[in-house]
Amino acid sequence: MKAILILADGTTFEGESIGAAGTAIGEVVFNTAMTGYQEMLTDPANAGQLLTFTYPLIGNYGVNDEDNESDAIHPEGLIVRELCNQPSNWRSTLSLQEYLMLGGTVGIQGIDTRALTRHLRKNGTMMGAISAELTRSELTAVLGSAPKYDEINFTQRISTDQTFVYQSKQAECKRHIALIDLGVRRSLLNLLASQGCRVTILPYSASAEEVLNLKPDVVVFSSGPGNAALLSEPVAAARDLAGKVPLFGFGVGHQVLGIALGAEIVKLKYGHRGANHPVKNTTTGKIAITSQNHGSVIDAANMPDELEVTHVSLNDSTIEGLRHKSLPIRSIQYQPEESDFNLLWEF
Amino acid sequence: MPKRVDLKKVMVVGSGPIIIGQAAEFDYAGTQACKALREEGISVVLINSNPATIMTDIEVADKVYIEPINVEFATRVIEQERPDGLLPTLGGQTGLNLAVELANAGVLEKYNVELLGTPLDSIQNAEDRELFRALMRNIGEPVPESWIVQTREELEAVIHENPPWPLIVRPAYTLGGTGGGVANTPEELIEIGVRGLKLSLKSQVMIERCLLGWKEVEFEVMRDANDTCITICSMENFDPMGVHTGDSIVVAPMQTLTDKEFQMLRAASLKIIRALRIEGGCNVQLAMNPNGFEYYIIEVNPRVSRSSALASKATGFPIARVAAKIATGLHLDEIPNAVTGTTKAAFEPTIDYIVAKIPRWPFDKFYQADRTVGTQMKATGEVMSIDRTFEAALMKAVRSLEIGLHWLRLKNADEISDEQIEAGLVKATDERVFLIAEALRRKMPPERVANLSRVDIWFIEKIKNIVDVENELRDHSAEMRALTSGQIAGRPQTLDLLRRAKAMRFPDKVISNLTGALENQLRFIQKKYGMLPVYKMVDTCAAEFEAQTPYFYSSHEIQDEAGCAEEWPGIGSSATDILSKKPKAIVIGSGPIRIGQGVEFDYCSVHSAWALREAGYESIIINNNPETVSTDFDTSDRLYFEPLALEDVLNVIAYEQPDGVILQFGGQTAINLAKPLHAMGVPIFGSDFKSIDIAEDRDKFEKILCELDIPKPAGRAIFGVEEAVQVANEIGYPVLVRPSYVLGGRAMEIVYTQAELELYMKHAVDISPDPDAPILVDRYVMGKEVEVDVIADGVDCLIPGIMEHIERAGVHSGDSMAVCPPQTLSQNIIDQIVTNATKLALALEVRGLMNCQFVVDADEVQVIEVNPRASRTVPYLSKITGVPMIQVATNVVLGKSLKEQGYGSGLYKQQRSLAVKAPVFSFQKLTEVDVSLGPEMKSTGEIMGIDRDFSRALYKAMIASGLDAPIGGRMIATIADQDKEEALPIIKAFVDDLGYLVYATEGTAHYLNANGVQAIEVGKITSTSEQNLMDLITGAKVDLLINTSSKDKKIEQEASMIRKASVQRYIPCLTSLDTAEALLVALRSKRRGEMPECLPVDRYLTDPA
Repeated sequence: MKAILILADGTTFEGESIGAAGTAIGEVVFNTAMTGYQEMLTDPANAGQLLTFTYPLIGNYGVNDEDNESDAIHPEGLIVRELCNQPSNWRSTLSLQEYLMLGGTVGIQGIDTRALTRHLRKNGTMMGAISAELTRSELTAVLGSAPKYDEINFTQRISTDQTFVYQSKQAECKRHIALIDLGVRRSLLNLLASQGCRVTILPYSASAEEVLNLKPDVVVFSSGPGNAALLSEPVAAARDLAGKVPLFGFGVGHQVLGIALGAEIVKLKYGHRGANHPVKNTTTGKIAITSQNHGSVIDAANMPDELEVTHVSLNDSTIEGLRHKSLPIRSIQYQPEESDFNLLWEF
Repeated sequence: MPKRVDLKKVMVVGSGPIIIGQAAEFDYAGTQACKALREEGISVVLINSNPATIMTDIEVADKVYIEPINVEFATRVIEQERPDGLLPTLGGQTGLNLAVELANAGVLEKYNVELLGTPLDSIQNAEDRELFRALMRNIGEPVPESWIVQTREELEAVIHENPPWPLIVRPAYTLGGTGGGVANTPEELIEIGVRGLKLSLKSQVMIERCLLGWKEVEFEVMRDANDTCITICSMENFDPMGVHTGDSIVVAPMQTLTDKEFQMLRAASLKIIRALRIEGGCNVQLAMNPNGFEYYIIEVNPRVSRSSALASKATGFPIARVAAKIATGLHLDEIPNAVTGTTKAAFEPTIDYIVAKIPRWPFDKFYQADRTVGTQMKATGEVMSIDRTFEAALMKAVRSLEIGLHWLRLKNADEISDEQIEAGLVKATDERVFLIAEALRRKMPPERVANLSRVDIWFIEKIKNIVDVENELRDHSAEMRALTSGQIAGRPQTLDLLRRAKAMRFPDKVISNLTGALENQLRFIQKKYGMLPVYKMVDTCAAEFEAQTPYFYSSHEIQDEAGCAEEWPGIGSSATDILSKKPKAIVIGSGPIRIGQGVEFDYCSVHSAWALREAGYESIIINNNPETVSTDFDTSDRLYFEPLALEDVLNVIAYEQPDGVILQFGGQTAINLAKPLHAMGVPIFGSDFKSIDIAEDRDKFEKILCELDIPKPAGRAIFGVEEAVQVANEIGYPVLVRPSYVLGGRAMEIVYTQAELELYMKHAVDISPDPDAPILVDRYVMGKEVEVDVIADGVDCLIPGIMEHIERAGVHSGDSMAVCPPQTLSQNIIDQIVTNATKLALALEVRGLMNCQFVVDADEVQVIEVNPRASRTVPYLSKITGVPMIQVATNVVLGKSLKEQGYGSGLYKQQRSLAVKAPVFSFQKLTEVDVSLGPEMKSTGEIMGIDRDFSRALYKAMIASGLDAPIGGRMIATIADQDKEEALPIIKAFVDDLGYLVYATEGTAHYLNANGVQAIEVGKITSTSEQNLMDLITGAKVDLLINTSSKDKKIEQEASMIRKASVQRYIPCLTSLDTAEALLVALRSKRRGEMPECLPVDRYLTDPA
């Protein structure tokens, strides 16, 4: 079945429908990682997006039961060059097509994703719509009246309703972490648990008092989707918690901490999304290749004096990590690797 | 950390001659490294014995030593140059070995030379099996369980350890690695193991966990002194474990591993480069269980490699260049990413296409060789292709191989039985990928194909997609024919099918064969309906950043990026700013390295591109060989990584609209395009099709020779067996036979009888690329062979030098040693050569280069071959004469006369030194191939020995080519009856002058003893006497073998075994008395204590002798 992708500036691509039939609207972004589509599709941080993979062959190893970052598909839609119908991997239980159908996710294949990527690089991230059912003009109208990505609070949709505890059965629990769920990935919880942490996951709206009642060793603000400026409750909690307990932020959580401490965020032209982003630790001079997935950053031009930049992107010199000069507060914008957890215990 | 200031002079080691396993990739790496070092203001001293390389051009390094790569000469270079550092990691195994030897000999310490790149102990840790295993255990990385056993008891002890079955058993020290096997049970282990112990010369068997069928993957990783580690590229082998990675079809990036598996292997690779403390590049090969998370480290190369060249071309990330920068102390984040110009080298390339590599094997030449591919690499070269789907990349790669196949179907597919196909799936050969397609064509279920071949079903399903489109095309033949006959407008379904087939990169030729549609009409239809490919950029970053690289591949996509096409209305402008207004010329490259068409032609293509640039042209290269300098993105102004099949080349030509296309530097590959390009009206710079046609069309050529009064050996071009026999009878046996329009003397043979001739004719039909081309039958003249390369502009004809072959006619010119200037030719002969070559160049209207081969028959010079194109001797001749031949020839084809360039007619002034070119063979890797020299070319590479006089130059050439015989050693002489008289004085001189001890079989021993040369008689290999020939060889009790071919089949069979055995033991084996005599000259010089020179190559030409 034919499908079309329309961008907010009117650019149109024709392709073939994949996944569920229907229409999807979201922010069109591209990710340059060559593997990890299953993780990205289930990463809550990708909510609200029409996710384009620059690697042309997607679905090669199917979908398995173990590598999900959450229980749902979060992007609004998927844009690929070619979807693989005959996946091969020993753990694969479904083809990506089947998985998209089950998740009710709309997608399009057969388009020149490199052309789309170059267009976004040149003109910036923008809203777009995929449809296999609407005409071009109908879709343009729907897209025009839809709310913009930066206006939507995705966090309240995807954050946990209930407080719950996550810990490893094997590892001894040495520390207790309170984690504010702004769209946490399962792999972050696993990493924390494997490092000997008992993690209490709280809803995004948890107050400072609720958090302090748990007597955590560290409070973590997780990664997640959307515009951090809309997250007034976590920002308020962070402000109240500052100085009372060590705070750590990942991804959008890093931005929440920054805003709480007086920083501002700015939107990047087309974001950092991929597995090959070099980040320099300004203290040690060491460089790490990181996975990143963010469309905005803390504005280096308007930084409060108490904050200090600990990590920068080597590609565009934007801020990838911060610390408070006197209080036990640190944060990183990129996705943490095992080694980054040392930062957590440096307080 | 910024660049080190204490490094002012660095010595770079090249990899020497091209052999199987060490090809042009090291010229690419070395050239990049030299450039990168000099950019940092470091003076570069280079040693490499291979003249057919760009890196040995005097412009590439500050001091270029074309000398043998061994401790003796390297020490002399170090002594003279006093470099601060030695960078050996870009010269392959040769470079690493030399570094270790220099360190062990105390040379580095004595002259205070720092080893750069990889520390000495890391080289040893990676190279020594036990040290490597210990290191891996230390860092917790798994290596396959293995045992070395020497007795039956030890075999049983292995069984008691409860090893992981199945086990692979390999007897050590056998000839050609025979006698091993896979043991699934303790009983089988005892059976195979005991047999292996018997077969092993040292009674030693290695047992290892059998990983056959596991996925084989590779990572290219880099590290700098700041411990920043990055992966450049991941690669997945199509062929599972059991096939050498150099003999595997490879794709990049990995396709069938989940992110979790990928990250696990990536982390392991980075851990290893850290543990080895490499500052530069490293290659890690791993085996991955296809049904679990288990993996093993298989091999680590602590240096740049063939895979790193592939990874560089696959991603655009110049590994060798960055490795050299790291060696100067720079950190990755201080090195610019030359591709984007805006980002730094501290990142991991990401790609938005798929790359396929297929090895190029020499089995088309060595049809008697065993086509099985296994742990011993046999490929001489490789092709790479890029597209947006695997199907398309594979289709492109197949036709890039130039093996006469344009799709996944063998020529004899109809004659292959189902049983043969099944067997062919199980056993890996060069033909397996074609048999997989054939199996699917015969409806074998993909699962079964995957099970038999153990190739991942992902690949099988993709190949099935190709076969499905074949079937669809066949099923819609009538519509396709109607489409091309112009009867009806294209129906949407038919056009869609054509579009899909073209997107999968089916050539028009194949679509036409499958459907009967008219091939030339298909092209117009694609043009009409917008189905021609667009060109996309290789940019290291999947379009995330703006890139400047003029490195393109074709694809059936929507948006073009190379800037020559019309803009696509929906998406705005493409990269029009990268277009220039200069005149343009396209240089057609030479494709994969194969026997007969080696790195020399890449040298020519590169120099032509450079000359074009200098002449104010925009230079464009089309080529598909990932190993080479020509496919480095900054060699030309624009690079198209494409097959060199007609359709692909025409697409680029139609797209670029060049002022001219240059064919004469790309070997036979490019020359074969002359006829069709000429027919399509494409402007050709240089000699046009007419010249080529005359040189290759026997009748026209003879007519010209007759008019010019130039003699040639009697003979004719014929069609069919009857005519061949008739001509042979007229001119008398022996005759030299060969198909026209082939390269490297492929299928050229000296035939002594009618029966042999008939057999030959039967086979020759399969070999010729053009079945309609005639076969040439000539009288075999046994004289001295002479060769010239000339540059002509229509008025003048410059002959830079004359090369005299050491071996007489009958040995292929590519396999002969040669010396320039000539040593034994009279002035009369030289005059005849100059006159004849000049007359030919003018008569053929050559513009640019021409190669002529002559045979000297008594006092008469006869012409045996003329090729109006650059030959393999051009780099060698350029280096020894100092004439930049390709630059001069390129200027000539652009219209600048020789006179305008300051050159005249006739023989160029004689240089002060002389150089001997010697061939290098790869027989150790091709165990089935007979090593004796003949009219069919067998060498894979060459070296040059340059010095002030013949004997010393010869000595250097002998050492550098591996003919390293001692003074006063032991030799075996087995001389055929017809050669005994001629051999006598030579062997006598070995005994009298050099103190050799001679072993010989009965006949030769009797003859020698009867003629005053003492020889010890030993038994033939079949004899059970105390000591037979084979014992001498396998026991390494001799230093040299001289063996001439007999016409007696039985004797010849035994001799062939001895020759092979000696090659396996690295004992020099001479099959021509001319080579033996040359060795004698060289060794005598050494015995007299003559000291060879060791100078930068340009000083041989300029210094007074």
